[in-house]
Parts: sequence; structure tokens; C-alpha cells
Amino acid sequence: MSKPLIELKNVSFQYENTHALNNISFKVDEGDFLAIIGPNGSGKSTLLKLILGLEKPTAGEIKLFGLASNQFRDRELIGYVSQKSNAFNSAFPATVEEVVKSGLVKKLGFFKQIPKDASKKAEEVLKAVGLENLAKRNIGQLSGGQQQRVFIARALIAEPKVLILDEPTVGIDHENVQSFYDMLARLNREQNQTIILVTHDVDTVSNRISHVACLNQTIHFHGYKEEFDTISQDQIDALYGHAVRKVH
Amino acid sequence: MIEAILNYEFLQNAFLSGMIIGVIAPLLGVFIVVRRMSLIADALSHVTLAGIAGSLYLSQTVTTLAYLNPIYFGIIASVGGSVLIERLRSLYKHYEDLAIPIIMSGGIGLSAIFISLASGFSTDLMSYLFGSVSAVSKQDLWVIILIAIIVIVFLFMFFKEMFVLSFDEEYAKASGLPARKIHLLFMLVVALVIAASMRIVGILLVSSMITLPVAAAMRLSKSFKQTILFSILFGEASVIIGLVSAFYLNLAPGGTIVVTSIIILFLVIIIKKLVLKIKVERG
Repeated sequence: MSKPLIELKNVSFQYENTHALNNISFKVDEGDFLAIIGPNGSGKSTLLKLILGLEKPTAGEIKLFGLASNQFRDRELIGYVSQKSNAFNSAFPATVEEVVKSGLVKKLGFFKQIPKDASKKAEEVLKAVGLENLAKRNIGQLSGGQQQRVFIARALIAEPKVLILDEPTVGIDHENVQSFYDMLARLNREQNQTIILVTHDVDTVSNRISHVACLNQTIHFHGYKEEFDTISQDQIDALYGHAVRKVH
Repeated sequence: MIEAILNYEFLQNAFLSGMIIGVIAPLLGVFIVVRRMSLIADALSHVTLAGIAGSLYLSQTVTTLAYLNPIYFGIIASVGGSVLIERLRSLYKHYEDLAIPIIMSGGIGLSAIFISLASGFSTDLMSYLFGSVSAVSKQDLWVIILIAIIVIVFLFMFFKEMFVLSFDEEYAKASGLPARKIHLLFMLVVALVIAASMRIVGILLVSSMITLPVAAAMRLSKSFKQTILFSILFGEASVIIGLVSAFYLNLAPGGTIVVTSIIILFLVIIIKKLVLKIKVERG
């Protein structure tokens, strides 16, 4: 049995005297497609920040690739796509390909220039996200959904072992959300890409994932998607204190 | 003209300095413009003026400093100004642009005091304000070469980091880039380039060398690489045409270089519009 890629043991995080997260434990193995679902303010983004090392837990232990989080140096093994697809400079004069290649920045380190074969790699990851024809387009000319795919390609070019996405479909219209999740499922299935997805779209995503974690300050449920399916709607409502739609 | 350049050292200094500035100012300018920091360059140039005026005043009053090259005080003021701007920007987090008028008026205020304290350096001062073909010394040229080397080394080390930082700061931080440190280094290099450029285009027009070629390049280019190439091309064209016309017409090169850049900018805008129109008409 290989080591879990990400493991949280009794992790808590306190922010200004309120428990943002309480006693969280779960692990992610290679090839998992985990959806973290939970209402607004449930601490989903905080949990991701802890995993990414942008915040430190106030209690508990986070292990990344078997190493304690503070000893873990190979941050490029974790790819991250943020929620705000409009946080970037949309008038920036760069092509899709240039943006994708910039995903190599951490892997290469200072001094090293982006290698010549990066274009070929960019082509491959753009194909994986279904944008192979847009490589030479200006990033600002793409739709919100396409831009978000470009950012996934930017994360994929560094060959991360784990891909973390924080509500990637915010601001993307409904039809495109479906094909967006199909694309993620394909990555997971065909390339054994481990994915952690924080989302609101429980109903859309549920037939594409392998694991579910329900978060509201603490983990209320964590397990296989099949187990999640056996929980009744009433139980879920009780866990959250209010209705969360569960469709499968 | 070529014969004149070969014969006169002052012309060689001016042209070599101009050619170097024509590369490094637009090169850094691309990052300044895409990060929406154009006005910071202006604020820094006015602080540089305070350093120059202070140095000219000191060289009049302190005999041991009589032959001091004002470029050094200009560099110190510009670098100091860039550090101050950053301090002010973090102090007024939600009003970051406040740092610009504070530093700019501070720079001009100090300059006004030094200029009125001293008397009789109006010719010198004019050459610093609007540039000069004849006033670039060998020493200035060496300082400009050194600054150019620093710029090249900085971009060699941090080009892709600067790209990521300019495009998507949040992603840069999430990937663990030392965003703040790289930004501070960038500000210091910008300060150096402003001090270097003032000898040719003049303090009041330095920011034009940084922004105008980039503004023209952005109308044409499809990629970031192209933006950089076109910016340097337009920067060089402005410097060469500007310096030659300044020499023959006996004008301040700052004026001729900036007017050339603006003509290039307008030509680019008009030509692009015409090309688009023709494309639309042809379907």
C-alpha cells in the first residue's frame, strides 16, 4: 500500500477566536477524485489554504507525500487552480500558450529559462483540457470557461501529482459546467490524475467523483461516493443544519 | 552624421547611451505598463530631480564636491524614492495611488528648494530636465552600461517570475513565489533605469521612454514576446530619430525623442485601424 498523497490528522484552524476548522482528518490516495462540498463559510477555502501551505494549522498534523507540511518543499507537486478566474489581468498581452508555459515557474526555479520543449508540453496539456486550437489566441479573447481550462493546463504542465481546484466553475455558464467536469473526470480516469475539487455543484459533479467529504467547520462525512449515495437527504440536511441538495 | 559621431566623443557617448536606454527602458516598461505602474515611473523621475538639484547645489557650495557627477545623487534619490513609495503603498493599502502624489510633490518641492538656494546652474539643469546631446560624459556612459547590466541580470534571473507576478499575483503567491521580494527588487531596478534614462531624455520625459513604445507595441502584438520586441524596436527608433534631429536642429533630445515616440504611436494606431477596416470590407 503506497503512502497517501495528502493526509490530515486532527487538524484545527482558528481565526480571530472562532474555530474556522475543527478536528479535520482525512486522506487522499493516488488516483482519487475527491469532492469537498459544504455551504458558504464552512471553511472550504481555509482547508485548501492549509493544504497549500499558505496557512498553518493551529493544531493537528498535515502530511504531504509522507512529509510533515513544514518540511515539504516540492510545492510544484500540488497544482492549484483558484476560484476567482477574474483575479488575473485580462488585458495582459499574452497568448494562451505563454500563460500555460508560465506554470513551469516553480518547477524550474530562478535563473532557468523556460525550455524549448515546453511548447510541445503546452500543446499536450491544452489538448487534455480541450483547447488545442486556441494556443496562439490572446488570453483576454477567451470565454470565462475557456480561461479556467487554460489555468488548469497551466497547473498540469508542471505535472502535479495532485490537482486542487477551488470552486472552478464560479462564473461559468451552465452548459459549459457539464463539459468542464467531464474534462476533469477524463483527466482522472485516463491519466490517473488525483483531483481535489471544492464545489457547490454537488448534483453536477456527483457521478464523476470517487470520494466525497462534507465539510462544515468539521468533516461530517468522508468516504466513497457509493457510501455517500446511501445517505438519505434528511441525514444530509441534519449534518448541515439546512438543506443541501443531493442528486445522483 | 556618422562622420560626426566618429569624430566627436560627446556624440559617441550620447548615441551609445541612447541606444542602451532605447533597449532597457521599454524592456522594463512592458512590465511597468502591464502592472499599471506607469505613474510610479513619473513619481520616481521627479524624486530623481531632487537628487540632481541637491547635487548641483552641493557642488556649488562644498568645494570638495565641486566635480561630483549629479547622476550619483540622482540614483540615490530615485532608489530612496522607490523604497518610500513601497512603504507608503503598504501603509495606505486601500489607497495605493496616494503614494504617487506624495512622492511626486515631495520630489518637486525639494527640487524647488535646491534650485532657489543655488544660483546660476540653469544651463546644467536644463540639460537634466530635457536631456542633452552634448552633456553625456564618459562617466555617465559607464554608469548607464552598469545599470543596463543590472537590468539584464535581473530579467535573466526573474523573467518568468515577473511574467507570472504581472499576470496573476494570486497564482504567483499560491505557487510559493517570493512575490514581495521580487517586486521590491523590480522597483529598485526601475529606479536605476529612470536615473540612467534622464541623461538622454531628461527627467521630465523619462516615463515617456518607458511607456510610449510599450503603448504602441501593445496595439500590434499578439503575444508577450512580441510586445517586448516591438517595444524595443519603437524605443530604439524614437531614440535614433530623436537624437539625430536634436543634433541637426539644435534641440533638446528629450523633446525630439518624445515627439518621435508619439508620432510612432499615432501611426501605429492609424495603420491598425486602416488594416482592420480593409479586412472588414473584404469580409
